[in-house]
Amino acid sequence: MREANVHYTQIINGNKVEMYLCSQCAEEKGKFTFSPQLTLGSLLWGFGLGGGDDYPGIGQQPVLRCSVCGMSFDDFRRLGKLGCPNCYSVFRDNLEPILRRLHGGIEHTGKVPGNLADEIKTSNEIERLKAELAAAIENEQYEKAAELRDRIRELENSGKNGGAR
Amino acid sequence: MMQDNMQPMQEMDVAISSRVRLARNLKAYPFSTRMTRAQGAEILEKVKKAVFSDNDPGFSGGYTYYDMNVMKPLDRQLLVEKHLISPEFAEGQAERAAIISRDERVSILVNEEDHLRIQCIYPGMQFTEAWKRCDELDTRLDAKLGFAFDKINGYLTCCPTNVGTGIRASVMLHLPALAMTGYIKSILETCSKIGVAVRGAYGENSEASGNMFQISNQVTLGQTEDEIIAGISNITSQISNQERMLRNELYKQNPQRFEDRIFRSLGVLQNARIMSSEESQKLLSDVRLGVIMGLIQHIDLKKINDLMLMIQPAYLQKLAGAELRPEERDQRRAELLRKNLNPGSVF
Repeated sequence: MREANVHYTQIINGNKVEMYLCSQCAEEKGKFTFSPQLTLGSLLWGFGLGGGDDYPGIGQQPVLRCSVCGMSFDDFRRLGKLGCPNCYSVFRDNLEPILRRLHGGIEHTGKVPGNLADEIKTSNEIERLKAELAAAIENEQYEKAAELRDRIRELENSGKNGGAR
Repeated sequence: MMQDNMQPMQEMDVAISSRVRLARNLKAYPFSTRMTRAQGAEILEKVKKAVFSDNDPGFSGGYTYYDMNVMKPLDRQLLVEKHLISPEFAEGQAERAAIISRDERVSILVNEEDHLRIQCIYPGMQFTEAWKRCDELDTRLDAKLGFAFDKINGYLTCCPTNVGTGIRASVMLHLPALAMTGYIKSILETCSKIGVAVRGAYGENSEASGNMFQISNQVTLGQTEDEIIAGISNITSQISNQERMLRNELYKQNPQRFEDRIFRSLGVLQNARIMSSEESQKLLSDVRLGVIMGLIQHIDLKKINDLMLMIQPAYLQKLAGAELRPEERDQRRAELLRKNLNPGSVF
């Protein structure tokens, strides 16, 4: 048995991997670790992410596949990259833990394209008013609640909130 | 050629350049992973038209189109050395082009990992300026091309590491004192823990040459662009302050030894007949430190910054106007450095 005399540390996307290896293994490891086969997808899988235990495995449940570009979630796991903008909607639930791991959150709070800015502003306003409405009902402020309800309807009917959540 | 002002507020003693890049994709097309060559060519045409054919005053006259398929490897390498395109972009085949502004501060890369990478690079610490210019270009291009955007996840990118803002804010720092003393290691560790990447001068997988380190954000989702930039600026100024303190401390501890190292390096650069790229980067790092500390008086910082660019292989061959073998390059490099670093030399 050889002595583990190499302390091997690698930082990938902010995640630290530490190993104690003998120099021979370390050399082997070095070759392996930097090979292009190691993708973001496979790394996240290694961290117990990329779907978790409830991920529908091949042969068990229908494979989750993007109807626009044909990419499956399994393809993504292998490649670490997505196929088209629609993949984000199709794989939303499976991507969520990955995005949380990478970024700490899943909701974009930055720049919004000009044409969507008003729409998103309206939808945020509706969300805010709905919360206020719930509080008003809770506090039995029915007059205020009625006002809020009308305001929400007005905004919803303005047609600017499209499919916004 | 743009005149680089070296005001103290730009922190040029430590910061070489600040860069902001945005990753964007056209919503009507698959990402590069699922794209056909024909679709790649279509995207290229659309972007080209958006920049050059619409009589848009925002782009008028100031941009040049570089077709990667037509360019010679040496010319592509030159753009890499100037940090206008990534090494990966220079190597790829496919339908790729770089659209670069005349002042060489803006480059729009078409069909990299994402359909568009909009990049602005400014000397010193100038994130605000770089972001402002990127932001304007992005808005202008989005109106014509329609970028993929999701109300929850933000701007959609090929790799989920870039989704959301699609922003990467990075600064190139010269950290000789931190590197010399080994303190850089603990800084690298701390950075990795807080979601900040530290890499060599040419981005991913490149080594830190000439004590140059690139610091950039890893998180792109859940924070605004301004928050991300403020975070990187804050970390940068902390690292810069430590570097400054350590430079002074090292000098105070043993001025003779400090000066000896600086002037020994200058002496080699002023006299050597053969100079490798690696050795010259190492020595120029010492000389840059000497210039900033006021120990070397006859050379200014701009000259050192320019030389750091010019000693690179492709730049050197461009200057020579011919392709050079590695041995020839080492001789030319030594000659260039001798000419520029000896007192009374004219640049």
